[in-house]
Amino acid sequence: MSINGLIRLGDNALVLGQRLSEWCGHAPALEEDIALANIALDLIGQTQLWLGLAGEREGAGRSADTLAFHRDAWDFRNLLLVEQPNRDFAVTMMRQFLFDAWHFEALTALSTHDDDEINAIAQKSLKEVTYHRERATDMVIALGDGTEESHDRMQGALDRMWPYVGEMFTTDADDLTDMTALRPRFDAHVMAALAEATLTRPKSDFAHLGGKTGTRHSEHLGHMLATMQVLPRSYPDATW
Amino acid sequence: MVETRASVSDVWAWLSDVPDPEIPAISLVDLGIIRDIAWQGDTLEVTVTPTYSGCPATSVINFEIEAALRAHGIQNLSLKRQIAPPWTTDWLSDAGRAKLEAYGIAPPQPAGGPQHCPLCKSTSVERISQFGSTPCKAQWRCTDCLEPFDYFKCI
Repeated sequence: MSINGLIRLGDNALVLGQRLSEWCGHAPALEEDIALANIALDLIGQTQLWLGLAGEREGAGRSADTLAFHRDAWDFRNLLLVEQPNRDFAVTMMRQFLFDAWHFEALTALSTHDDDEINAIAQKSLKEVTYHRERATDMVIALGDGTEESHDRMQGALDRMWPYVGEMFTTDADDLTDMTALRPRFDAHVMAALAEATLTRPKSDFAHLGGKTGTRHSEHLGHMLATMQVLPRSYPDATW
Repeated sequence: MVETRASVSDVWAWLSDVPDPEIPAISLVDLGIIRDIAWQGDTLEVTVTPTYSGCPATSVINFEIEAALRAHGIQNLSLKRQIAPPWTTDWLSDAGRAKLEAYGIAPPQPAGGPQHCPLCKSTSVERISQFGSTPCKAQWRCTDCLEPFDYFKCI
């Protein structure tokens, strides 16, 4: 059982949770503001479970908080997709839709993992993520098949986010399940939703890589972490 | 014969008086998050399962349990978090469901939406948003009495 595999799952939830919380107080409608904050909250809760277990298994005395607040960008193992900036609401929803579609399949596979602590966290998270995926799918369809403006923005968001899809389906010995095996079910869900949303899947399958291995994060992660980590790093003894 | 430890059934009764911090109309026992109460030697072990993994009420709930049991004279107390099997709205008690409805929150339904408006009982309801004021609720609206209301999500 790989500690890095647990850290990958925790970092995905942490980085996306932090990104979504940037919308708090700024979303285009009150309901959307509340929904994004709720999803962020679920993801931060899942982070505590995954990073908590990672710290426990590592046995070096690092808690979930230590892992979240006292590592630098190059030690993070999240997918490049989740660290991409929010930009507009179209990009935020498209990023969420693509991540949720992968997350749902990954957690479904991990729900039957041999390790009881891993399958327990996966089963718990899956209930929440089922809801996230349903909402993101509805939003992509409503906005894609909406006005000319919302359609164009969603197509632009899809074109922008698509190069970050491939990394989700790369796999190595650190992963807790074979990520390549998740692709057919992901494609089935995503293609059906895109068709209904009148959006066109980009032709190129070029994929940026380097997030989950930590070899090459995008410039955006460091800026995000600077904001996220400033308090515990400035006041390492602070508790709350 | 003098009992030196509170009985488990007494402890269940005490906890059924502790309101949920987010939805004070129902108790922690009604919510179905108290999974087990047992004595381990001199220590009372209470097993609690979170509703949603990020629910901020979790730490307040632990605090409330501890305060209630200390008030009843329990000195050695251990709170155990259990996430498997994951909490489900099936564990809401029937009394809890009725109290939710009386409070104005539609109780969870297997159909995935409220049976009727908790206020005027009309079945003409529509969803506003999948998410509401807390992770466990969604926002709905009655198209007859026009009142918005919370629906306790079914998970």
